[in-house]
Amino acid sequence: MTSLMTPKYATVKSAFWGGVREAASVPMLIMGASFLGFGSMIKDINWSISLAIFTTLSTWALPGQIAMAEMAASGAPLLAIVLAVGFINARLLPMSATLLPHVRHPRFPGWAYYGVAMLIAATSWVGTLRRLPDLRQDQKMPFLLGYGLLLYCGSPLFTMAGYWLSGSVPLPVTLALVFINPLYFMLLFLQDLKDPGRILAVLFGAVLGPITFLYSPDWTLVITGLVAGTLAWYLDGVLKARRGTDES
Amino acid sequence: MNPELYNPVWVITLAAAVSYASRGLGVALSGKLNPEGSVVEWITCVTYALMAGMVVRMLALPIGALVHTPDWVRFIAVLVGLLVFFIIRKNVGAGVLAGSLFLMFLMW
Repeated sequence: MTSLMTPKYATVKSAFWGGVREAASVPMLIMGASFLGFGSMIKDINWSISLAIFTTLSTWALPGQIAMAEMAASGAPLLAIVLAVGFINARLLPMSATLLPHVRHPRFPGWAYYGVAMLIAATSWVGTLRRLPDLRQDQKMPFLLGYGLLLYCGSPLFTMAGYWLSGSVPLPVTLALVFINPLYFMLLFLQDLKDPGRILAVLFGAVLGPITFLYSPDWTLVITGLVAGTLAWYLDGVLKARRGTDES
Repeated sequence: MNPELYNPVWVITLAAAVSYASRGLGVALSGKLNPEGSVVEWITCVTYALMAGMVVRMLALPIGALVHTPDWVRFIAVLVGLLVFFIIRKNVGAGVLAGSLFLMFLMW
């Protein structure tokens, strides 16, 4: 069924534009909405619009950007911010590591992969990884480039739009814009919960997050991530080991 | 700590650097790293826990503009978002749209 719907491209150039077209629908809308919300959030913490554009283009991974902005706004120490962003965006490591073997091709120099890695973020990873296996080897990199570049180039525009909107629309609209991201990430988790380790991580994190915030607002994210995440991972390992011995 | 103690440009630059470090390391390790391995699973669990803690905190104890919304408004808006999300076969976009619009409606 999926193979019937898979785009097959005549040339490398059309694979690039195929990636652009594929990204230009639902992925662009969802990502656009969250960068719209992010732009409003930056306006809300009184940073300039150039800072908003700078972080979107330089980090281009929204959860980390949101954590950074929230923590900076509440005056968390620099080290806490860097650690929190580092832990949130550590998921980019396995993402790049799993996506890149798909696009390798002798016609591209080694450094090209370090460049294209900038285009890997949650939306582009999910969106391209399911298409790449069906494409011809020389068309995979162009497809990823088209897909990633459209989203990458679109995101500062949405950031700017959100920034401007929140200054010029009635307060309820601004509140709705700022509300987009927490709601978006919450639903994204609920959509993806199958693995027991991840379910535990979300549960522990949801409980520990607000508690640690009351005691240590600066370090809440780092503590929550490390303690709740490690505990969930450990329990998941115990559960898997027990299931393994039951089956044998 | 006072927010004016550091320049936002530095915060952003450092955040961008650690984010790219993960991407770059991922490129270097591609093909050598087992995506189903224990280390990757640990990273995923830490990210999920951290994000879940952040999201719940942003909704329950907001620090930015959402301070202007009463707790019950955010609570109802989240419920509406959840409801639409589950009714329309776990459609994230529809849930976000419904929840945000409902929050706007309640605050008008």
